[in-house]
Amino acid sequence: MPKKIVFEGKTEYLQVLDENGAVDKTLEPKLDENLLRKIYENMVRARVFDRKAISLQRQGRCYTYVPTEGQEGAQVGSALALQKADFGVPSFRENAVYLARGVSMEQLFLYWMGNEEGSRMPADQNNLPVAIPVGSQVPHAVGIAWAMKLKKEKAAAITYFGDGATSEGEVHEGMNFAGVFQVPCIFFCQNNQYAISTPITKQTHAQTIAQKALAYGFEGLQVDGNDVLAVYAATKAALEKAYSGKGPTLIEAITYRMQAHTTSDDPKKYRSDEEVEYWKKKDPLTRFQVYLKGKRLWDEEYEKKVQEAATREVEDAVRKAEAYKPNPEDMFTYLNAELTQDLKEQMQEMKKSMEG
Amino acid sequence: MELNLVQAINQALMQEMERDASIIVMGEDVGRDGGVFRVTQGLLEKFGEQRVVDTPLAEAGIIGTAVGLAIKGMKPVAEIQFDGFTYLAFNQFISHAARMRNRSRGRFTVPLVLRAPWGGGVRALEHHSESMEAIYAHVPGLNVVIPSGPKEAKGLLISSIRMPDPVIFFEPKRLYRAFKEEVPEEPYAIPLGQARVAKEGSDVTIVTWGSLVRTSLEVADSLKEASVEVVDIRSLSPFDEKTVLESVKKTGRAVIVHEAPRTGAFGAEIAARISEKALLNLEAPVRRVTGYDVPIPLAKLEDYYLPDTSRIKKAVQEVAAF
Ligand SMILES: Cc1ncc(C[n+]2csc(CCOP(=O)(O)OP(=O)(O)O)c2C)c(N)n1
Repeated sequence: MPKKIVFEGKTEYLQVLDENGAVDKTLEPKLDENLLRKIYENMVRARVFDRKAISLQRQGRCYTYVPTEGQEGAQVGSALALQKADFGVPSFRENAVYLARGVSMEQLFLYWMGNEEGSRMPADQNNLPVAIPVGSQVPHAVGIAWAMKLKKEKAAAITYFGDGATSEGEVHEGMNFAGVFQVPCIFFCQNNQYAISTPITKQTHAQTIAQKALAYGFEGLQVDGNDVLAVYAATKAALEKAYSGKGPTLIEAITYRMQAHTTSDDPKKYRSDEEVEYWKKKDPLTRFQVYLKGKRLWDEEYEKKVQEAATREVEDAVRKAEAYKPNPEDMFTYLNAELTQDLKEQMQEMKKSMEG
Repeated sequence: MELNLVQAINQALMQEMERDASIIVMGEDVGRDGGVFRVTQGLLEKFGEQRVVDTPLAEAGIIGTAVGLAIKGMKPVAEIQFDGFTYLAFNQFISHAARMRNRSRGRFTVPLVLRAPWGGGVRALEHHSESMEAIYAHVPGLNVVIPSGPKEAKGLLISSIRMPDPVIFFEPKRLYRAFKEEVPEEPYAIPLGQARVAKEGSDVTIVTWGSLVRTSLEVADSLKEASVEVVDIRSLSPFDEKTVLESVKKTGRAVIVHEAPRTGAFGAEIAARISEKALLNLEAPVRRVTGYDVPIPLAKLEDYYLPDTSRIKKAVQEVAAF
């Protein structure tokens, strides 16, 4: 009996805007001016927020912070492709996703300043709070998407995770469920080349992350994650597919984390300055600026306005977040629907010990 | 030489790896980065990539493969980056590491060590401040060790590495760089299952472990009205009942201090042993000073949760005056 090929797969890579801002007209999504500016302004907001958070941490006004810089294209491009009814299931680096989806800077600062209240997502928004255990949120998105399917809603879930997360079992269990139950879920992997100090080459022997989707029976593709147009287009296409009952998609966005893993990390231990410089040239904001300029949507004056608005917003948010005082009793209040007798007593005990 | 906790553990790893070529250190970012707390710093340079391994980001994978490595004669000393991520590997511990010897009637054994930073007090993100030692101590077959300082840590880790069975070695992360003390240069082993009387006293016994040993000693040293004995458990499993009972029989009063939530924690086990075997020696009810039965709060409220000197002192005074 001759051997025969029973499976062959391919993985595509999508780039619309190259690193100099030159656009591939055949692939260019047709977005109106308002949306194009909204995309840009959200990338700027995210960067201004990010730099502020890092500087606050250095001044001891904010605890460990997880920077986003460099990944604004991947995060804003995907987040702005979503509809309100779509559910966002982020990991911990998705500051720009939250901001683009309408979570306030104040809310995010509350979180990074060590307040539980920072995880209270606005009631009219469909986003789960930060998930710290790597990859653990992925099956939640699949369950949410599954419920959407059962309820016949025209909506999808999108979950964010990193390259490192693709080593965790839960990520694969989630993707497998999604394939089996054909749920409207998008797996959005930001391959920023490192999991703390561990490079992607030590994470998987496979050539791409995107190809892993094939093993679960659905489509996977790579996009230039620093090309916000490519990310937007790929996410839109995956959403349309999801809405029309054609199942999940894995998107691997190739990007780079420009800052440390967290404010407690020292990236000099594991990556070179040259490497960082190389990626700096691929910055998602700069190339999109060039693109907007070509469309006469960007000039110095506009830039100044956008920067100033973001700076005002961030300063205002810091003021509000720093004025917030958490109530110690709240550590008990939200544990269960009702406070148990034990917890009531422990709460009293805590209050007494606060009095000294 | 005077070493902090990070340096003492690092020295123990260095010395044991030199002694035993079957030891491999494995985990997330333990090689090039030297671990996120730098506990494994310098090991990669000294012992190479075969023995100091940056693994994929997968805790079940780390402990599952460590079980296999151990069965086949290697000595894995695995790191899980934080206490709150050991749960992903819990199945490998409870279902396999802890039972392989029993299941195979002694043919296959799992002499692995898990090291993980443990406990609160460093203003960390969620899941980075956990003290769930009781769930591990509850598993038959697992050994659970929590040192209270650099000198203890070195000797206890060396013993853990030399154990023929699985050991969970939790490192109180808030002590990592909190203080230095004299640590003997040469390798030494502190046997597991032996508690330590950290300070002698005659009126009240504080039973505790990990970072709260130091906090309890502060209370004991500053309290005028009662003479306090502090017992550092050191290993929850095997548990040294004898030292605890001897102390409580002497003082007649016991305060158990831990940062884990109260209900079902290891303090309850200690209280049960005291009530079973020293009830008639007690002059006062046993007291517990613990975390509350809630997830340890984020940074801003963390101090309201963690037992501190004032809560411990108050409990000791009340028990002494009973
Ligand atoms: C289950 C689990 N293990 C370990 C960690 C510690 N940790 C936090 S982020 C991280 C690396 C994550 O890498 P990746 O998934 O690529 O995402 P990135 O941080 O690059 O955005 C690690 C190991 C964690 N949070 N959760």
